[in-house]
Amino acid sequence: MFRNNYDNDSVTFSPQGRIFQVEYAAEAVKQGSVVVGLTSKTHAVLCAIKRNAEELSSYQKKLFAVDEHVGLAIAGLTSDARVLSNFMKQQCLSERLTYDRAMPLELLVSLIGDKAQLNTQHYGRRPYGVGLLVAGVDETGPHLFEFQPSGLTQEMLACAIGARSQMARTYLEKNLDQFAACGRDELIHHGLRALKETLVQDRELTLENTSVGVVGLKELGKKALEPFKVHDGPDVKDWINSVADEAEAETSAEGGEGEGEGGEGMQVDE
Amino acid sequence: MDHRPQAWGRPRDDVYGAYDASYLQANGPNQHTQSPIVTGTSVVAMKFKDGVVMAADNLASYGSLARFTDVKRIRTFADTSIIGFGGDVSDMQYLDRHLTELGIDEAYQSEAGHTLNARNLHKYLSNLLYNRRSKFDPLWNHLLVAGLDEESRPFLAAADLLGTTFTSPSLATGFGGMLAQPIMRRYVPDEAAVAGVSRDQAVEVIRECMKVLFYRDARSLDSYSLAIVTKDGVELRENEKLEQQSWAFADRIKGYGTQTV
Repeated sequence: MFRNNYDNDSVTFSPQGRIFQVEYAAEAVKQGSVVVGLTSKTHAVLCAIKRNAEELSSYQKKLFAVDEHVGLAIAGLTSDARVLSNFMKQQCLSERLTYDRAMPLELLVSLIGDKAQLNTQHYGRRPYGVGLLVAGVDETGPHLFEFQPSGLTQEMLACAIGARSQMARTYLEKNLDQFAACGRDELIHHGLRALKETLVQDRELTLENTSVGVVGLKELGKKALEPFKVHDGPDVKDWINSVADEAEAETSAEGGEGEGEGGEGMQVDE
Repeated sequence: MDHRPQAWGRPRDDVYGAYDASYLQANGPNQHTQSPIVTGTSVVAMKFKDGVVMAADNLASYGSLARFTDVKRIRTFADTSIIGFGGDVSDMQYLDRHLTELGIDEAYQSEAGHTLNARNLHKYLSNLLYNRRSKFDPLWNHLLVAGLDEESRPFLAAADLLGTTFTSPSLATGFGGMLAQPIMRRYVPDEAAVAGVSRDQAVEVIRECMKVLFYRDARSLDSYSLAIVTKDGVELRENEKLEQQSWAFADRIKGYGTQTV
């Protein structure tokens, strides 16, 4: 019987030059429910689908505030994410204490990148089984970073990770040009539409399963901050409705004129 | 050969007699700094509408001896902030090296070009000073930090050897607190007045302060450094000379030294 001899620990390369433990950790990210992040010139938005373990249980949190100016979305093992999130909170506080400034995003993300990479190079350790999207605003404006268990971090304009996230990424790639100029609510709208793309046939965005995190500048060119806030439940109602209305309008338009996706001029009656 | 390291490099006993090694024994506990040794006197600074002007003379005194007459006591940080050092000169040099390292670390750390602004720098230095005084081993300095804050407004603040912080439209350390501060306050009594002061006016006031300090502070010098920090960067001139001095008042001063009249 075939047995993989090269996946016992994260310090052994396979003859093909792969580190299986790290790849398995990346697999854990793909099992997590999907999260989407995107940025405009003024805002960074995170959207997530929450799951409940069973009908009677509550939904697992997907978005966390790290500091006033940073938040993150997780896909994968929640308990691993909490370790990273707590670490980031501490680093942000210590930056405020020693320098009286908001931690630059690039710096914060490189810190967890280094931390995660270390786990892939020490015998007896395991990689974090979680992927993160870190969104925030610093001196240089809004940013979105992707983090993977391998320790890889990169800045993104828009990104999606987790189960069936390819569908969301396709949407994001198609509409990428529009994001930069988007206002706050427009950006959230795009985020939720990307999120919706990942849903299987009979699932819907609901008040219970949708989370939206927003952080941004109150005004372009000014420093005034709209602090990171996670919106759940009733707070996301209007946003979800606007996405649902649109879908309805599209289907009826398809039925009536058979024009399909061609109806690009988004008609939102409000 | 004598294999004991403590005997290496010493005068030969057979030629010079037994070596007196008593000074090598540490008797008593280690001592932390109890007082500054080589010192710099006042630093003065005031805000104007687009930035901050700062000055400090180029003298490092050894007690009352004017020992080093070419010591620059204002340094720049990241081309955006300036720091003026009053107090112990060796502690100043330590802080200078420390800040150089900090500046290099910061520059490497970030590709996006985040740099510590004057407020961040002041917070850091005051923490450093407070940490050292809490170890009962203070860095014997009084610092003025100037530059722009995150909103590009003029920033000026002080931190002393106890970690005490202070901020005001005009600041002075040492004797300057008594002699220069009243002059500067005539022009910038409060934060609102800063907007009404031009760069040239501020430079003129600071030069005037340096002159008064040279007249009345016996540990001062007529050669000084002048720094102006604005959004365009730092302009640091390190070899300014006091001009148009008038010592006409001097012979009217009575009550000092060996005067009998």
